[in-house]
Amino acid sequence: MRYLPLTDADRTSMLEAVGVTSIADLFGDVPDDVRLGKHLDLPIHKGELEVERHLAALADKNVSAGSSAFFVGAGAYRHHVPASVDHLIQRSEFLTSYTPYQPEISQGTLQSLFEFQTQVALITGMEVANASMYDGSTACAEAVLMAHRITKRKKAILAGGLHGQYADVTETLSKYSGYKCIQLPRSVCDEGIENIELDDQISCVVVQNPNVFGQALDVSRLAERVHEAGALLVVVVTEPLSLGLLRSPGDMGADIVVGEGQSLGVGLNFGGPYLGLFATRQKYVRQMPGRLCGETVDADGRRGFVLTLSTREQHIRREKATSNICTNSGLCCLAWTIHMSLLGEKGFTGLAALNHEAALKLSRRLARIDGVELLTPTYFNEFSIRLPRPASEVVDELADRGVLAGVPASRLFDEPDLENVLIVAATETNTDEQFDLYEAELRKAIQC
Amino acid sequence: MLTKTDKTHASEFPGGGEELMPRTEQHKGLSQEEPLLFETGSLETTGVDLREPEGVQDGLGDLKREGPIGLPGLSEPQALRHYVRLSQKNYAIDLGLYPLGSCTMKHNPRLNEKMARLPGFADIHPLQPQKTVQGALELIDQLGHWLTELTGMSAVAMSPRAGAHGELCGMLAIRAALENKGSDKRVVLVPESAHGTNPATAIQCGYEVRSIACDQKGRVDLSDFRDKLDADVAAIMITNPNTCGMFEQDIATIASEIHACGGFVYCDGANFNAIVGKVRPGDLGVDAMHINLHKTFSTPHGGGGPGSGPVVLSQALAPYAPLPLLIKEEGTYRLIERTNADDVDAFGRIAAFHGQMGMFVRALAYILSHGADGLAQVAEDAVLNANYVLTSLKDVMTPAFRGTCMHEALFDDRFLEGTGVTTLDFAKAMIDRGYHPMTMYFPLIVNGAMLIEPTETESKESLDQFIDTLRSLAIAAKEGDIQQFVDAPVAAPRSRLDETQAARKPILRWTQGAGA
Repeated sequence: MRYLPLTDADRTSMLEAVGVTSIADLFGDVPDDVRLGKHLDLPIHKGELEVERHLAALADKNVSAGSSAFFVGAGAYRHHVPASVDHLIQRSEFLTSYTPYQPEISQGTLQSLFEFQTQVALITGMEVANASMYDGSTACAEAVLMAHRITKRKKAILAGGLHGQYADVTETLSKYSGYKCIQLPRSVCDEGIENIELDDQISCVVVQNPNVFGQALDVSRLAERVHEAGALLVVVVTEPLSLGLLRSPGDMGADIVVGEGQSLGVGLNFGGPYLGLFATRQKYVRQMPGRLCGETVDADGRRGFVLTLSTREQHIRREKATSNICTNSGLCCLAWTIHMSLLGEKGFTGLAALNHEAALKLSRRLARIDGVELLTPTYFNEFSIRLPRPASEVVDELADRGVLAGVPASRLFDEPDLENVLIVAATETNTDEQFDLYEAELRKAIQC
Repeated sequence: MLTKTDKTHASEFPGGGEELMPRTEQHKGLSQEEPLLFETGSLETTGVDLREPEGVQDGLGDLKREGPIGLPGLSEPQALRHYVRLSQKNYAIDLGLYPLGSCTMKHNPRLNEKMARLPGFADIHPLQPQKTVQGALELIDQLGHWLTELTGMSAVAMSPRAGAHGELCGMLAIRAALENKGSDKRVVLVPESAHGTNPATAIQCGYEVRSIACDQKGRVDLSDFRDKLDADVAAIMITNPNTCGMFEQDIATIASEIHACGGFVYCDGANFNAIVGKVRPGDLGVDAMHINLHKTFSTPHGGGGPGSGPVVLSQALAPYAPLPLLIKEEGTYRLIERTNADDVDAFGRIAAFHGQMGMFVRALAYILSHGADGLAQVAEDAVLNANYVLTSLKDVMTPAFRGTCMHEALFDDRFLEGTGVTTLDFAKAMIDRGYHPMTMYFPLIVNGAMLIEPTETESKESLDQFIDTLRSLAIAAKEGDIQQFVDAPVAAPRSRLDETQAARKPILRWTQGAGA
């Protein structure tokens, strides 16, 4: 077997060295009645070629984004990733290393995490960021738990424009910890969010910006009201590229910013692995979940980096930890930070401008079709339209014609009012020809 | 440009003023110092060429950002050098044996990487129409089938994003099942030797933790378990093989006694590599177990993630698996994604979308490569390698327990008694001999623990070399040659780092003007 270096001769001599006669002796602690006597009803080993054939056949049954006119977003976005990103993350020393528990021989991972934390803090307008979470949705839930710890209150308000699956994750993790989530009515533009009622039980308000329908919000007034009530504002960003064009959440008064980092460097991957972004104010750093990388010096006075503040974490604190989280999204984090380094200020803001322009061009084409209504007046690279028919039917029809037209709101929300709403994303990867094709096909689908 | 590091070093050279000591003075052979991105890049530099915007009028008004963000950029050649130089400061499996106990640092096959990058897996969106991703759903179903068959369980929840996330998922399924029966059990039993994630998870699920002692062989103390077991116990979280590298012989008894009290058995599957293809947790009475695909099934650790932690569930817990659910109807796969749809008992949702697809592809590529026969050989070779290390070192180091072990060899620090060398010193000295240290000071129940897991992907020659190195270190310590331990590491990119200072005055990001 190509992954197993021991030869039969090795095994024999090693068993002898150990002082047993057969491998079964080493499994002697396993009670006889639970040892697998029979062979499992599963296939035997395959060569590389056969495995490739098997998996390629499965891959071929899927319609990849690159083979269609692609406009799907709602929490995961398709962008062009420079070739050097994937090359670098496949360096053995990055790919096949573990968590940097031995910092003297992990400075590569640690320094890149320190750079990552700085980049996240800069774009979100916050003071500190951690070394990433599993993904945006779990980061959102952890932000709410952190707000409860800081305020010693037990209720969170979730805005109407928060991604449905993020809300579900937050609700699930809250209810079993004895906390409550109050879900505001679903709202395409988060109308009236500044005027919600806030009592002294509320620990935080969670608002997504741009929201899941694509609407970009000014949350400064909301931040003021939340702070007056002694609560925290949690801002969720699922498209971090938007921060190249829009004011940062920190600038608008956010206390905790969480996000999905996938859109930079990572690729779609059918939903994972992705990476969660998590940033906050310096004063809350000891209440933060997840790994943190910090600067220090070595015994010779040279600058170096280590994992730090681990007294918050499960492997030290056990049942008193701030969270049970043990892993970050190491390699996705690395891809993110490499992509950001290649972009730099100029590339990041330039790419954001191209994305916004793509969405403007597409929305203007679609909105001129009779029966199509643009629902989100202010948006970055994603917007919502109302169709005269259920959006899921239209999306299914367009898929047969080479257009992956977006995400029907009904996929995320069980609300009859939203049945005809379609969430559409456009990025720099789209061409004018694809915009024209989408317009033509949508026109046909609606008018037939 | 000079970095803080440069200045510190510059001052050590007689007559070497800061401005006279360029960074290159610190390069040694292939090891090159590398400043922070923020000290080399500039706001004007970029490594991507974008087309010019056409100037379509935007409607963002005062939502638009004003002023620069402060993000330095690198051209492509600069970026390559920056990250390749950084990579050279990392130890890796591809460089040598990586004996971290409980982490299963085995070889990561490159076929897995190639397969995960097929556009049909890498370039599909989790929310595109389900009829356009039938192959992806079929892959998840195939992997799920292997996992349930290998563990002898009824169902699997694929969405947990890491092992600890899987623990959370399994424990929430237990809580949902109990609540559905109207039970308000409050306590979870956790052995002293457990991973820290276990008690942290139990608390996050709203339970109290009751600790169980270990016996003299490192296993759950059956009489203490019986003392702690009562009607208030919702579950036990047990690791098997446990963190001492021992098989929990009494697990079936423990399971039947806890079931008789109406509770459940959660098994931490971190050490499944030792028994895959040989023993099925379902046959031991386990109700839920997470499987770290990045351990047993070879998906890369990537410097600390991403992981993937599918949870297999017994028949009693299967109905409470979280969303999404994957079902097959008349040859077509369908996802159930919403809580209030289709009348399901799912306890909720623990992450957006459908799980770590990229890791599923890699794990399935690995599983198909080995097949059922190869996986059993994996367990056997992993156990043999660990016992070979244990046997070969027991005359110079001190095994924590008598007898053979499973997939990892556990030593304590008795052999260092009176030498002035600690477990930490011993570990750091291994770095100077070209090895990543083993897991140190874990499990907590063993003094100065050193937990060595060589895995099945080490050759006999590699093990012999490793054994020789540890023997010579142990002998050196006993002979009083301690300077090499106290000073270690001296051959690494950095000597020992001051972790106390890092925690006392945390510097968690680069800031203009600070430090440079």
